[in-house]
Amino acid sequence: MNILIKNGHVIDPANEYNDVLDVYISNSKIQSVGKQPVGFDAQQTIDATNQLVMPGFIDLNASLREPGYEHKAVIASETKAAVSAGYTSVCCLPDTQPVLDSASVVQLILDRAESADYSKVLPLGALTVSLEGHTLSEMYALKKAGCVALSQAPNNNINAQVLRRALQYASTHDLLVILKPEDVLVKDAGCVHDGSVSSRLGLSGIPVAAETIAIAQIIELAEETAARVHLTGISSARAVSLLARAQLNNVTITADVHAHQLHLTELDVGTFDANYHTSPPLRSADDKDALIAGVAKGVFVVSSGHQPHDVEAKQAPFPSTEPGISSLETVLPLMLELVDDGLLSLSQMVNCLAYAPAQLLGLETGCLSAQAPADICIVDPNKTWQVNAENWLSRGMNTPYLGHQMKGKVTHTLVNGRIIVEK
Amino acid sequence: MSSSKQPASTSFKAPDSSRLQLDEQGRLRHFLTTDGLSKDILTEIMDVAESFSSVGQQAVKKVPVLRGKTIVNLFFENSTRTRTTFDLAAKRLSADVINLNIATSATSKGESILDTIRNLEAMQADMFVVRHSASGAAHFIANNVEPHVSVINAGDGSHAHPTQAMLDMFTIRREKKVFSSLKVAIIGDILHSRVARSQIHALNTLGAKEVRVIAPKTLLPSDTDSLGVHVYNDLATGLDDVDVIIMLRLQRERMGSALLPSEHEYFECFGLTEEKLAYAKPDVMVMHPGPINRGVEMDAAVADGPHSVILQQVTNGIAIRMAVMTLALGQAKGAEQ
Repeated sequence: MNILIKNGHVIDPANEYNDVLDVYISNSKIQSVGKQPVGFDAQQTIDATNQLVMPGFIDLNASLREPGYEHKAVIASETKAAVSAGYTSVCCLPDTQPVLDSASVVQLILDRAESADYSKVLPLGALTVSLEGHTLSEMYALKKAGCVALSQAPNNNINAQVLRRALQYASTHDLLVILKPEDVLVKDAGCVHDGSVSSRLGLSGIPVAAETIAIAQIIELAEETAARVHLTGISSARAVSLLARAQLNNVTITADVHAHQLHLTELDVGTFDANYHTSPPLRSADDKDALIAGVAKGVFVVSSGHQPHDVEAKQAPFPSTEPGISSLETVLPLMLELVDDGLLSLSQMVNCLAYAPAQLLGLETGCLSAQAPADICIVDPNKTWQVNAENWLSRGMNTPYLGHQMKGKVTHTLVNGRIIVEK
Repeated sequence: MSSSKQPASTSFKAPDSSRLQLDEQGRLRHFLTTDGLSKDILTEIMDVAESFSSVGQQAVKKVPVLRGKTIVNLFFENSTRTRTTFDLAAKRLSADVINLNIATSATSKGESILDTIRNLEAMQADMFVVRHSASGAAHFIANNVEPHVSVINAGDGSHAHPTQAMLDMFTIRREKKVFSSLKVAIIGDILHSRVARSQIHALNTLGAKEVRVIAPKTLLPSDTDSLGVHVYNDLATGLDDVDVIIMLRLQRERMGSALLPSEHEYFECFGLTEEKLAYAKPDVMVMHPGPINRGVEMDAAVADGPHSVILQQVTNGIAIRMAVMTLALGQAKGAEQ
């Protein structure tokens, strides 16, 4: 089928498009941008006047909960939420039950994603068996089954020696390793940032050192093993400077920050509001500012850190609640707000959400190059909407933005040249 | 871009807790923390406690203020002392009292806190007195009870223990009359102490001249200054010129988690002896929420000496708990008659 997306503001940092252009799609691929291919006859035309046309977003960090935690969410519900929020690919963490450490679980997830038919799901295989941090997983088998990378997230319960060997073995098979930097001993029983709010509420604090000690260790191991390592969910200013220094020294290490960390701080925890119980914790205003600056400088990219929960998971005294935000559907408006505030350009935003993640994972998507798969999202940047039960698609209602007005809404999403979302 | 969509990150949302604690007329409904409550409210609690303080001396130690009310002592964490004083306070007010030790009850069988609360509400409870090992537990329960039910926090994690703080304020007021001239030092494990946090907020609200905390750095929260106190790591300088000394209990498990080397060394640096008492004002009063580890937090000579008001604290604790229960159930008018 031939599709023409007319008159939209096309933003594609890979090809340096940032102008009103037409996009021509046929047979699931992008044919060209700007120039009409010879003999192109559009069977369907999307009028994108006053809208943004971008490569579909690629998320590096989401828990989809299936198999094992279907009372929280399922692949169908979360990929529907994702695709409606502009994501055409979502990397799912291995924290399923059974853990995503075998080819059969990979196959099950890919089958569920295919029958749901929303966004693509890119499985992240477990770095160690059962994520227990002792035995290396069958990384080659996981890769063959379709894992795009390996991860120990959401935990980091792995000692330096096992991690060193895991990185060496992963790089044997040229696999990217995604790690959540967190020293579990320093974190201890902490549940919020170690600062004024933890002091006042008597909650156990998580010191910044819990993150930076882990990062320093991972940087050393990445340098020594020359493995490709990506850190997911950076939360502090000191982490930003450690990473910038490592990149100056040509260590092949990349990182991402969850979009909500660019907006929220420890103060938002207020008086024990469990919707602000996150991992990593919301940190200080200075940390938040350093994270925004880091994104603007291209030190790291942006992920959702999507953690959908059932209602009961947040119905307990604060330290006993499960951390995490159901966040896929708020990433785009939160990023557009940074653009509106002049802290980020649209090109930088698309780079963070699409092109850079695609490059990290070695995907052909994330750009609008000719012959690339036509994974595209079209956004009305001025459309306002309210976060409420009616228009929320994720099964996890655990968002601190419930009731808030958001600006920026996806009108169309195309996956492999098929229109999956149309509003 | 619309600022309405972003949660406010500019100031601490402490007023939230006062909103939760007061009814629409600004009267006490729940008593969860001293943080955010006005001087008037804290003073009223002490005034009502004063009116109850003679009840314990009567031949019949009972007043009919809460007759027909049902109070549930809901203890998710073991405690004999605090539960007994709440029990006694409720009985002296003629309320019906149910003591539930949840540590050995339904929640250990997997029932959630909310289910427990719902069941007790169905039995027409009017008040829950709650103790729990998690900070924020009392707020959580107060946010989820029926509109006619009151919640009194009898200690939640390291967060708050407001009735203990108010009985301490009451004891100080009875001894020293005014707060505005007082320098108060709180000594010990500030980091894990719900008592200290509640005392600090109450002392600052009541207008104490200076609140100090004295502790090793391992037992201080990371941002102690932000609580509105002066921080000392040395007993001699910290005690200089103080009017009131409040000692905190030291839990044995602090040694196991590498926060302190030994009880012996703690006593040497931070234990209160008659000799160290000399750094403070001659008429200094010494307080301790109990139970005391003699020879760890203080010498027996200090605990039993002329400056100690530790047993008055226990007596005052009953009057304060009677006052808080009466105010929260809206029966204060009847009490004064």
